[in-house]
Amino acid sequence: MRTISAAEITAAVARLCIRANTVLPADVAAALETCRASEPWPLARETLGLLRDNLDLARERNLPICQDTGMACVFVELGQDIHIEGGFEQAVHEGVRQGYGEGYLRKSIVGDPLRRVNTEDNTPAAITVRIVPGDTCKITVAPKGFGSENMSRLGMLKPADGVEGVKKFVVETMGLAGSNPCPPTVLGIGIGGSFDKVAALAKHALLRPLDEKNPDPFYAALEAELLEEINALGIGPQGFGGRTTCLGLAIETAPTHVAGLPVAVNVSCHVTRRATEVL
Amino acid sequence: MQYKLTTPVTWEDLALLKAGDTVLLSGVVYTARDAAHKRLMELLDRGEEPPFPIGDSAVYYVGPTPERPGEVIGSAGPTTSGRMDAYSPRLLDLGQTVMIGKGARNAAVKAAVVRNGAVYLAALGGAGALMAASVKKLEVLCWEDLGCEAVRRLEVEDMPLTVILDTCGGDLYESGPAAYLGSLS
Repeated sequence: MRTISAAEITAAVARLCIRANTVLPADVAAALETCRASEPWPLARETLGLLRDNLDLARERNLPICQDTGMACVFVELGQDIHIEGGFEQAVHEGVRQGYGEGYLRKSIVGDPLRRVNTEDNTPAAITVRIVPGDTCKITVAPKGFGSENMSRLGMLKPADGVEGVKKFVVETMGLAGSNPCPPTVLGIGIGGSFDKVAALAKHALLRPLDEKNPDPFYAALEAELLEEINALGIGPQGFGGRTTCLGLAIETAPTHVAGLPVAVNVSCHVTRRATEVL
Repeated sequence: MQYKLTTPVTWEDLALLKAGDTVLLSGVVYTARDAAHKRLMELLDRGEEPPFPIGDSAVYYVGPTPERPGEVIGSAGPTTSGRMDAYSPRLLDLGQTVMIGKGARNAAVKAAVVRNGAVYLAALGGAGALMAASVKKLEVLCWEDLGCEAVRRLEVEDMPLTVILDTCGGDLYESGPAAYLGSLS
């Protein structure tokens, strides 16, 4: 049994909030550059160049890449042989409070969905915990902007809809989103599970680096097909037209009921942020 | 075509702009998002003075990050304009000439743009650091309790924008993808 303090968790979360919002993950930046280099439409190539300039400027001037510094989605893989001294959830929320304050990040959370008063410190975090073997604590902060979040969709398809039904739903989701989610997008796709589980799968799928293939060849092929179909829509960077509508997508699946085929698409933007530390 | 314009933009200038043109905008731009628009409507309903003159105004749908000490503004890219669709036609009918944001507008806004000879310009979504570089001065005008949604008066220089909706009913979100797809066949 290893002991870590709540203060260590707070400090790590605060650092991760700031880092995630200032430096884009290398795989997302690389995907932007690869797409820019191969983009055939001049306006689209130019637009992707400006998005690259923005990344450089954010790093140089220590500014958030995007002003929507998001809802702090915090994913924790907690080793079962760890003992945490102090309150775990409070430690994470406190890390968000400190990170968003010290990092001059935008406070975008309202405490109640209908009465809508800003909590003024971007808390609470949206925390997802998985208990795993071992004695380490892996924390990933993935700030999520709502321009893209608002374009996400969930469908309870029929088993008879099959793989074609899933493809149609995913491509349709990107088509409906159009220029709103700041394309080029990144899509997290959940298939299977239940109504709540499929949304969690889609969100979690956004954590997979874009240069990592799906380990299951069947789904790796489906991902490639979907990406090609989406990039044939013509929406392009910012919706101005072009090939690069989606930088990459990831599918996560779970067993489901004989009567169901849930599918969820969590839409994310070209500023798909995540930063990780292992304690 | 690229145009350099300064606010207040004249009707003649606006009439030149076509969907797909780029604009480097200088001058005064006011910020407002959903919550500020809602308050603005309530205020107009009561017949009170708005915090800035609506006629000839340019509005930027943005909620910037807090500025660091010594900086003019934080990160300041556009928010999704569609959430302002409910309010924009009224403001356009009152003489607002320029809307700046990102993402598609509904049929009512498009009609109001054409009816009034206004334009809808896109800032680069998700490029908050780049957009911030064109902001030279910032003053919070009112509704500070709204935090990032408070109404601000910005002085901008060569703000890089793209014409989405023009005075003739052009819409880059339709014509841009169509032109790209057409180039493939």
